[in-house]
Amino acid sequence: MTGNDVIDIIFLSLKIAATAMVFSIPIAFIVAWLLARHEFAGKSLVQALITLPLVMPPVVTGYMLLVLFGRNGYLGGLFHALGIQFAFHWTGAALAAAIMAFPLLVRPMRLSIEALDRGLEEAASTLGAKRLTRFVTITLPLVLPGVLAGAVLGFAKALGEFGATITFVSNIPGETQTLSLAIYSLLQSPSGDRTVMLMIAVSAFLAIGSVLVSEWIGRRMGKWTRQ
Amino acid sequence: MTDHAKDAKMQGQGLDVAVDARLDQFALAAKFKAGPGLTALFGQSGAGKTTVLKMIAGLVRPDAGRIAVMGRVLFDAAKGIDIAPADRRVGMVFQEARLFPHMSVLRNLTYGRWAGKRSATTDIGRITQMLGIDGLLQRYPRTLSGGEKQRVAIGRALLADPALLLMDEPLASLDQQRKREILPYLEEVRDEIGLPIVYVSHEVDEVARLADTLVLMADGGVLGAGNAVEMFSRLEFGPALGRHEASSLLTGTMARYLPEYGLCEIALGEGCLLYIVNERLAVGDRLRMRVKARDVALSLSMPKDVSVRNILPATIHDLALDDSPFVEILLQVSGQMLRARITRYAFDALKLGIGQPVFAMIKSVAIGQRMLSGKL
Repeated sequence: MTGNDVIDIIFLSLKIAATAMVFSIPIAFIVAWLLARHEFAGKSLVQALITLPLVMPPVVTGYMLLVLFGRNGYLGGLFHALGIQFAFHWTGAALAAAIMAFPLLVRPMRLSIEALDRGLEEAASTLGAKRLTRFVTITLPLVLPGVLAGAVLGFAKALGEFGATITFVSNIPGETQTLSLAIYSLLQSPSGDRTVMLMIAVSAFLAIGSVLVSEWIGRRMGKWTRQ
Repeated sequence: MTDHAKDAKMQGQGLDVAVDARLDQFALAAKFKAGPGLTALFGQSGAGKTTVLKMIAGLVRPDAGRIAVMGRVLFDAAKGIDIAPADRRVGMVFQEARLFPHMSVLRNLTYGRWAGKRSATTDIGRITQMLGIDGLLQRYPRTLSGGEKQRVAIGRALLADPALLLMDEPLASLDQQRKREILPYLEEVRDEIGLPIVYVSHEVDEVARLADTLVLMADGGVLGAGNAVEMFSRLEFGPALGRHEASSLLTGTMARYLPEYGLCEIALGEGCLLYIVNERLAVGDRLRMRVKARDVALSLSMPKDVSVRNILPATIHDLALDDSPFVEILLQVSGQMLRARITRYAFDALKLGIGQPVFAMIKSVAIGQRMLSGKL
């Protein structure tokens, strides 16, 4: 494996993780908002469903994705008609990553929405700010650190996702072979490869960096909310 | 002016509230009218004061009733009117300043303009100077003291061009020193801006000092409402105003300063003088003084050899006599009402009765500096 191959793998991994985040962050925010601010029937069911990927064996999650989003799956056919293919395709890897990272996204977002003093929104309304203005000027900036902290953690998780991905979209070089899958393949081959050490280092660096960034954002958030 | 005409005038100028609501904890039924100036909602915690305030602001919705400010209807259940808080032009200062932590003081102050699209009729420089916050504009809320935060919150509400200002115990979270620091600013706001203010408090001191109109609340209802000085003199509100806090408000004019004693001579009426300690008063200043009922003693004849210098000729106007060890007495002093609380033992010994002339004695030290309000 050449250095260029490693770079390609890193870029593919980043593309998959970024795509997963672009689509899942807005959905996670809406879900976090509903859980934090609203009471509705089946709330605990939604909560359980979101937490599920955290505790279920990833291979099972991957299999369920295959059943649902495979070419002949219940939803797979629907998306196929729209021109979107998931099975054995990099978009499938992004979907698997998004599902697995979802609980990590929702939790900090929900916490920061719950921690927001609603009295501030009340105060803004008495000063003439209408709903949308209040959201943009008060709510969003104050929960943004929570959203970012969640996004960074989710991105790191998406970057390293393994079990569900390999089950759902297999390990196809150049299409679905992310950093984790490539490391796995190289460790399996008897000849071994010195580049694997580089990839492991990159992987670890990205993970540690993400956690540090997420923590830093969390500390800034604390500084903001403690008036 | 007839009562009816007075009513119509009140409706056009002041505040007209009649609200009913069944809330989680209790039922609220409040009805009162208030003229311009400062209206104090006074009562124990849990009386429903804050809820009434939030209803006026539009943050809590009454089940039934009507709320009008200066003739403008904000809420009318029967007519289906419920103007959104953002459109009410009712400024509110909350107990915990509620400043936006991610904005500088300046951004907070101007929030009503750039986010609320309120017109910039009030001059920022004048407000910040009046509140003494002109040096804080670039700071962030977390770096401010409690008193500074509360002053910024007041400024923020004033700069959003309100037609009415609501204040929910703005001093409650502050220590005595901070309170003393802010009270003069509140008086400035009341006197300089000329904005009607509704002020919630459970501190008799604050109410005595600030209120033009007093609304007494208890258990989700209104016990009585009216002119603050009259309300203080009504014996039936003794328990509501607190046994130990029962007091009356006297109005007077600074007549003379006695530099050799550091005393101010205050004229309550012709020939009726009161001596108090105050270094800030100038001759001609009108002021309101609060005298606690328990600080007033009575004598049947003009006492000659006592240390008390404030000896006012008075007539017993009314009294409340029951089985308690104390008797509440309402005195007429130069056309004003003064409350006195004496023991029933003394009352019987002096054989007091309504219409009887007496002499009321008040110790000068009992009329403290912080009980004074500068203007009327």
